[in-house]
Amino acid sequence: MSNGIVFTIDGVEVKGNAGQTIMDAADQAGIYIPRLCDVEGLEPQGSCRVCTVKVNGRPAAACTQPAADGIKVENATLEILNWRRDLIRMLFHEGNHLCPICEASGRCELQAMGYRLGILQPAKYPYLQPVRPIDASHPDIMLDTNRCIRCGRCIRASKDIDGKNVFGYVGRGIHKRVGVNGKNLAQTNVHLDDRAIALETCPVGCIIRKGLGFFTPIGQREFDRAPIGNAIEKTAVKKVKK
Amino acid sequence: MGKDAISVVRQACRKFDHDGTRILDILWEVQQRLGCVSGETMDLLAAELSTHRIEIEGLVSFYSFFSEEKKGKIVIRLCDDIVDRFAGIERVAKVFSEELGIGIGETSTDENFSLEFTSCIGMSDQAPAALINETVVTGLTPESARVIARSLKKNLDPSALVKKKGDGSNADGLVNAMVKNNIRKKGEVLLADKVPAEAGLRKALKKKSEEVIQEVLDAGLRGRGGAGFSTGLKWSLARKAKDTRRFVICNADEGEPGTFKDRVLLTERADLIFEGMTIAAYAIGSTSGILYLRAEYAYLLPYLERVLTRRRRSGLLGKNIGGKKGFAFDIRIQLGGGAYICGEESALISSCEGLRGEPKTRPPFPVERGFLGHPTIVNNVETFCCAARILDGGPRWFAAMGTAKSSGTKLLSVAGDCAKPGIYEVPFGIGVADVLDMAGADEPTIVQVGGASGEMLNRGSFHRKICFEDLSTGGSFTTFNASRNLLKIVDYFLEFFVHESCGYCTPCRVGNVFLRERIQKIMEGYAVKADLDYLKDLSRTIIMTSRCGLGNTAPKPVLSSIDQFPVVYASLLGDGGEGLQAGFSIQKALEESRRIAKRTSMIYDPFYGGSSDESMA
Repeated sequence: MSNGIVFTIDGVEVKGNAGQTIMDAADQAGIYIPRLCDVEGLEPQGSCRVCTVKVNGRPAAACTQPAADGIKVENATLEILNWRRDLIRMLFHEGNHLCPICEASGRCELQAMGYRLGILQPAKYPYLQPVRPIDASHPDIMLDTNRCIRCGRCIRASKDIDGKNVFGYVGRGIHKRVGVNGKNLAQTNVHLDDRAIALETCPVGCIIRKGLGFFTPIGQREFDRAPIGNAIEKTAVKKVKK
Repeated sequence: MGKDAISVVRQACRKFDHDGTRILDILWEVQQRLGCVSGETMDLLAAELSTHRIEIEGLVSFYSFFSEEKKGKIVIRLCDDIVDRFAGIERVAKVFSEELGIGIGETSTDENFSLEFTSCIGMSDQAPAALINETVVTGLTPESARVIARSLKKNLDPSALVKKKGDGSNADGLVNAMVKNNIRKKGEVLLADKVPAEAGLRKALKKKSEEVIQEVLDAGLRGRGGAGFSTGLKWSLARKAKDTRRFVICNADEGEPGTFKDRVLLTERADLIFEGMTIAAYAIGSTSGILYLRAEYAYLLPYLERVLTRRRRSGLLGKNIGGKKGFAFDIRIQLGGGAYICGEESALISSCEGLRGEPKTRPPFPVERGFLGHPTIVNNVETFCCAARILDGGPRWFAAMGTAKSSGTKLLSVAGDCAKPGIYEVPFGIGVADVLDMAGADEPTIVQVGGASGEMLNRGSFHRKICFEDLSTGGSFTTFNASRNLLKIVDYFLEFFVHESCGYCTPCRVGNVFLRERIQKIMEGYAVKADLDYLKDLSRTIIMTSRCGLGNTAPKPVLSSIDQFPVVYASLLGDGGEGLQAGFSIQKALEESRRIAKRTSMIYDPFYGGSSDESMA
């Protein structure tokens, strides 16, 4: 293979191809790098920064940083773990996240990431408790923006997969948020089959299907069964067995 | 939406050929003529430009100078820089507020006036200052503010406020500004009385483009915006790019608080800037350039356009420049929309493309894929001027000035508590103490070098030198005397970053809010030693995980002030006292109950029954 590259993640040798990101190569090798804004099938944007790794000693987002031959990547060090915990806490504190009453509890990637990284109660920072609107204008879909983490997955899914522009970023700084293409969601051309509103697109409980709350019993929800990242790590176990 | 409004929008779209990359210019037209970009206008713009309303809303809500709500015919933007604050902008604001009958952030009911605060407008040497539409008013006092407000109420004409024009090109009919240059020290490179016109360009055109780049490399020129990347290396990387459609962009988005040196170059050395851009175009093989002018400097736009027109007529832009067959290059000016982040080169490129001014993912770097995906060099105003001078004077002449790794001279924008605020052209390597002496600094106690993202120095650090090896700066140099409150300065810088963060990445968007919260806790006297550890720890996460230079440097005022002024911090920390838990503020805790109950506390408020103490709010 002419464009093959070899590098290490925490000392483990990883094979990849030129043009791949560190995240892609790591996924293939069954090494999980935590992430929220990046999801398979969408262009990475490097905004949540949870996938921050060190590349030859310098921090970079694994989802956008190209893999290169011979680089030394640090992923699961205590220093990086602490950064990631801080980022996850920031997202919890920025919005209004009430896990016990949230429809997404148990399948929420933010909640699952908190557990995976060892945060049981985010209490380090002050709660900003913003006043955010709920858009219930659409007959079948509801947006509870209290839970939005600005990952932009719905925006990219709408643009790049659905070929629409139902969602987009508006505002700046701490006031940056996801807006809809119209006065409210009902005014947009959103469709129930859109990838933008598919359950797996929104990592939290912001985009909600009306009439579809709490559909999986506690104990059987996605992250009740296995921690987030398990699907990727499982492939590594299989490879070792072979 | 009225017929007139519709025709304004359609005209604006036609004027820019319905080109989506020129949407900032279109929004400027609409904002100026309609006073806002309303939801209906967004719908119409989206239809005209074949885009989506959400994209337009994304832009209008991103840039400070555009608004969805209707603004007054006259928008008064008071400069909220720290120097302006210490110089009394609050008192000036109060007078405007009284005279116009509106508070900050409000628009008068007759829709004549809006009053707001804005980030540093580049007038710190003549603070307090304000922008009234595009007109700059400086050296404000409560008295002059009253005169201005009354004059505006009478004639609604900001340009009539300019009674005495400033020096140099500020007096030009197209600039018509009361702005003073305040050039205090002229150096050999940029502000010398005799800077021969087009000498650098003429010499460059006699050389091969590779040789031009080599001269810039040999001169050791580094980016004057503050980051200090090798200019010659940047040019050679762009030149080597496979894509032959290449762009030259001049970064005149001078937004670092306390910086105003580009303002002076733009009026007094406009030709030198364009000459430098033309040399760069010749060096990298580019046919088009953009000067990105910050919205706050919109008053310079007609003047700069005229300079460009004159250059086109003189054969210094256009085809066969300077008689060189086959060398064609032209420049357009892109007016920004009011966003500090656009000083970051990839965010600036986004803005030139008609997008939200958010930094791009790197790699690829702009020299490979920049403006519209083509190789692009972005250099600071001062850098282009230096390049033109290097081509004339030669790399040896230039490299003989300054230090080993910082050749040439640097423009410093000196402001704050000093007798002679203004522009100083000094050789790199000059000591902080020397600058303070020259400026006649009054009891210098805190010196901020490099603006909000720079470093704070105490008296023991005045031996340090201004150069890339030690203290690098884009030009901001602010001195504060012993009467100034350190924490107020730090808090101001954090407020600035919270306001100017683009919000793209988590640590910068959210982390800076938390930094500010804790600094305020210290100011209120409820912080304990652990709060300093918290600040350092949070700062580190923000620095290491942020996506661009803004987030990487935003915590610097916190870290450098803790490092340089530990005693000030220590004096503000407490242990709780009175049996209360350390760090707990009973007054703060009571605030919410007071608000809900709409009365004060019988136990904790000495004047029970009255309204709660304003200082607690």
